[in-house]
Amino acid sequence: MDAHAWQVFAQSFDDILIPGLCMTIPLTIAAFSLCMVVALLLAMVQYAKVPGLRQFARFYIWIFRGTPLLVQLFIVYYGLPRVGIVIHEVVAAIAVIGLNYAAYCAETIRAALESVPVGQVEAGYCTGLSYIQIMRRIVLPQAMKTAFPPLSNSLISMLKDTSLAANITVMEMLQKTKQIVARTYEPLVLYIEVGLIYLAFSTILTWLQGRGERRLSTHRVKRRRNENADA
Amino acid sequence: MPMLEVKGITKGFGTLDVLRGVDLTVERGDVVAILGPSGSGKTTLLRCINFLETADSGTLIFDGESFELGHVSKRDIARLRKKTAFVFQNYNLFSNKTALENVTEGLILGHKMPKAQARDVGRRALDRVGLSDRYDYYPDQLSGGQQQRVAIARAIAPEPEIIYFDEPTSALDPELTVEVLAVMRRLAEDGMTMLVVTHEMGFARTVSNRVIFMEDGVVAESGPSKEFFENPKEERTKAFLRSIGTTMAGESGKKENQAKE
Repeated sequence: MDAHAWQVFAQSFDDILIPGLCMTIPLTIAAFSLCMVVALLLAMVQYAKVPGLRQFARFYIWIFRGTPLLVQLFIVYYGLPRVGIVIHEVVAAIAVIGLNYAAYCAETIRAALESVPVGQVEAGYCTGLSYIQIMRRIVLPQAMKTAFPPLSNSLISMLKDTSLAANITVMEMLQKTKQIVARTYEPLVLYIEVGLIYLAFSTILTWLQGRGERRLSTHRVKRRRNENADA
Repeated sequence: MPMLEVKGITKGFGTLDVLRGVDLTVERGDVVAILGPSGSGKTTLLRCINFLETADSGTLIFDGESFELGHVSKRDIARLRKKTAFVFQNYNLFSNKTALENVTEGLILGHKMPKAQARDVGRRALDRVGLSDRYDYYPDQLSGGQQQRVAIARAIAPEPEIIYFDEPTSALDPELTVEVLAVMRRLAEDGMTMLVVTHEMGFARTVSNRVIFMEDGVVAESGPSKEFFENPKEERTKAFLRSIGTTMAGESGKKENQAKE
């Protein structure tokens, strides 16, 4: 590789990183927040077997999990204007990516809810708790702990999938890189460079996941303290 | 007036009739043991009485108030449950809560007790079952016997009128069974009304004052425990007592003696 390539590599770093910080990350945060709210609702109506809503949740998951994310982005951004619905590209990206991931995360959360022994729910009723109280105090805290690692997985996956938004003109990292490639014609170093920045972001998320998991199992710390007290 | 009366309770799962018209009376201060072979409907009876299963038909009279089983409103169920407590075979402690929190959770949220008072009551309840040194332990840090004692503390803390026990020692090793039975014996001596599904003949004979023997979804024989064990009337009861005779004289008897010490 020649000196020009390395020069472009060095000069482009800021140009790629800035849309990463200003678009890729906020986009991920917004889409994942939407995803969590929708996923939790979809999981809860199935867990509680709410008639009607439960079937709706199955239908929702069937549609969003069964079609490609890119196709969904195209339908919303390029297709909907045909019937007079014009959505800003960033809003479209947040909505579609968030709603798509909600289908997967709903299944993760539902499985985690169902992993909490039903006996604890019965015990909750017998000690005078209401259904809402049992969910909030007993079932959800345990389920979220179980769901945390797979949900972190989805978050990292989503961070990378925001690059699909380049296809609907969102000026995120990949879109910016494509522009620089068109100008400088150094595709190899530039695409490797953007890949490395994605890798750095994912690495930070992985580190955060580790910290989060340790925090969720704080009662292990308490145990050690108790054992010390016994000794 | 009996505290709890159940009349003609029936329950089927699909084509299987588990309860075929069971009657039951519990007076205040009674310790009633429900005995019978596996599959006789003992556990289902207890679960129907506390609405964990919905009975197909029957009448439940609690404190003089009458309810048609199968048509009891959620509000009434919640109200009745605040006067009762349930101890499960598998303890069913909340795994994300400490021993003390397991006891106080229902007091604070269900019985609307102020937090500080609930913690006080909770500590006293744990003291009563001999766990004053385990307040902050999580269920997975406790032995089975300790977990079941936490469950009993959780049951007694709101001062229920009656506690239902569903085979409270069946999941425990013999030496852990002893400590749980000892706690239950003390509760009985303190005058707690208890309805206990059990396989512990020693407990039924020495602690309970009345025995109900179930077979195939009906009550085959019931009466004072002394009479039941020493002078059973029904052929089926005699056969049952003969079949478990060895365990009664052996293991259970020994356990009970240990428990007394």
